Amino acid sequence: MEFFQLTIDGEIVTDIDVRLSYNHRGMEKIAESLQFDQIPFLVSRICGICSASHPLAYVQAVEELAGITPPDRALYVRTIINELERIHSHILWVGLAGHFIGYDTVFMWAWKYREPVLDLLEEITGNRNNYGNVKVGGCREDVPDEIKPKVIAELDKIATKMEMLTKAVLDDPVLHARLKGVGVLKKQDAINYCVTGPTARASGIGIDVRKDDPYAAYGLLDWKVITQTEGDVFAKAVVRLLEIFESIKMVKQAFAKLPKGPVAIEVKEIPAGEGCGHAEAPRGETFHYVRSDGGNRPVRHKMRAPSYVNVPSFKASCLGGNIADVTITLAAVDPCYSCTERLAVVNDRSGKILHDYESLLKLSREKTEKIKKEML
Amino acid sequence: MDRVQLIESLAKIKNELIKVEKTTDSRLYLVCESLNAYKVSNFIFKTLGCRFVTATAIDSFHYYEVLYHFSHDQTGTVLTVKALIRDRGNPSIESIAQFIPGAQWIEREMHDLMGIEFRNHPDMRRLILADDWPQGVYPLRKKTKDEKVS
Amino acid sequence: MSLSAKAVKKSPWVFHVNTGACNNCDIEIVDLLTPRFDVERFGIKLVGSPRHADALLVTGVVTAQAAPRLKEVYNQTAKPCVVFVIGACACGTGIFHTGYHVVGPVDKIIKEVDPNAIIAYVPGCPPKPEAIISGVVKALSIL
Repeated sequence: MEFFQLTIDGEIVTDIDVRLSYNHRGMEKIAESLQFDQIPFLVSRICGICSASHPLAYVQAVEELAGITPPDRALYVRTIINELERIHSHILWVGLAGHFIGYDTVFMWAWKYREPVLDLLEEITGNRNNYGNVKVGGCREDVPDEIKPKVIAELDKIATKMEMLTKAVLDDPVLHARLKGVGVLKKQDAINYCVTGPTARASGIGIDVRKDDPYAAYGLLDWKVITQTEGDVFAKAVVRLLEIFESIKMVKQAFAKLPKGPVAIEVKEIPAGEGCGHAEAPRGETFHYVRSDGGNRPVRHKMRAPSYVNVPSFKASCLGGNIADVTITLAAVDPCYSCTERLAVVNDRSGKILHDYESLLKLSREKTEKIKKEML
Repeated sequence: MDRVQLIESLAKIKNELIKVEKTTDSRLYLVCESLNAYKVSNFIFKTLGCRFVTATAIDSFHYYEVLYHFSHDQTGTVLTVKALIRDRGNPSIESIAQFIPGAQWIEREMHDLMGIEFRNHPDMRRLILADDWPQGVYPLRKKTKDEKVS
Repeated sequence: MSLSAKAVKKSPWVFHVNTGACNNCDIEIVDLLTPRFDVERFGIKLVGSPRHADALLVTGVVTAQAAPRLKEVYNQTAKPCVVFVIGACACGTGIFHTGYHVVGPVDKIIKEVDPNAIIAYVPGCPPKPEAIISGVVKALSIL
């Protein structure tokens, strides 16, 4: 959760700043008092909807430090869980984006279609979120082979619905008018702000940890990195929609290739050393650095969520834009849902607070209505 | 540029480095004095075209360390500049946010939590601690027991 | 029962407050509005201001920065109101209890401004939408 403050001149955004701290729970310090095998449960809760990516990046850092290679089956199970998370996270984003611009039917549809994915994850791991499925050396639980037909059937249903939704988005002239050219993040700005994930890929930077530094089973599957070049909100939406199909493809392949065998190896101790682990979360790269002195707890654990680099890019994408576009531009980097709730808009000259989240949302939806009317 | 060429190109800054540690094929740690970290980071970001990932500040008792992590996405290599700040009484280092806007927040955070000064940072303000958090209390520094805000 | 208390019972209008959460509980709360759970058919509505709310849905551990805001929101909420504390973090700070920036849990902070506050707890990490609905309904039937 953050508190955004925008300064405007007329209807144009002239400055934007953010106050963090509301969400700061001091996790890096807490990690220094936990044992290595307790930490996955902590980092899963950095962000509720990247809750598979953070523990995976962390255990990879420790496995690198200790020279541990998990069994093959574990690599595929990790891939399956992480891609299922990406699917429901991207669908969630599509719904929220629809809500911000006044397409509430899209919001309701999208959130309805993500429920079956959450049910599958609950059946496999025991929870809709915060799966607790990885540990140093492999996975805590196996994916039962019997669940495969159910997963494939559900994903096929979701693919059909998402094809319908994707076509509706790509063909809708109102959405084109509403989202194209809005909140543009130019390629050089994307590089200077060091953004990752769909935010980078929509600006023509084809980076994806799953391809660049393959982990889990990603190097063994056939899939492609989705990019667009315009860098606007529409481009970011297209990247996320098309990535859902790649993820569905990957889950099916992972099930088809799932090797037999154990899903974890026993790890007795973590030696002194340091390791870096990163994973491609739905929002971008999660990065964990772990240093050990040979004891039971890390000496230092650095955690970096993708939103930490993506959110500051608002300086480049919001300035000079219209205030009616602020909510959707901020939402386009897919920060935590609560982040965009705290917004205040201040007049450049008087310093008076003119808008809050409610009124900015209203402005955003009214702009869509205006565009619809003009097109009729 | 492939990984071999990447490693060979580090020869251009060898005078600024104390040593290069290679923990795996794709993980390099470039150890240097804090005075040289700016030039090394500039070389890695501008000349080698690596992406800045984040930075880690560490209280290592004899010195402070600031680790600037960079990713060479084309080869999947992570290069970490390990800057050693030996002046524990007044830890300070030149800010790389001067040429990497994406480093602004993390330097502000390291200042909040570890009390390191980032010289010439374009916008040094409190980032992550509460408005009423006491000045001079740096939670990530090593102590004998944890402190809690009461 | 007074008219306003009856209104709270029948169809509470709720305001959501995040005091430092990972967002899982917040997402499950928004999930309540979506077709599978659809709490709006019970008259439960998510409102944009605490002044219009009968109940608060509070998530998060209460960080040092969020505590003053939580107190302000509670004071702004029309009384009588119920504070629903959603999730393990809000109920008792969960795994964050040693955090240097954590001043919660929620009931401790609320009681600093109103020792007689009505507080209902829905634990879970995150509590499923069914659990949140069950908790809210149970609390309202007791009141």
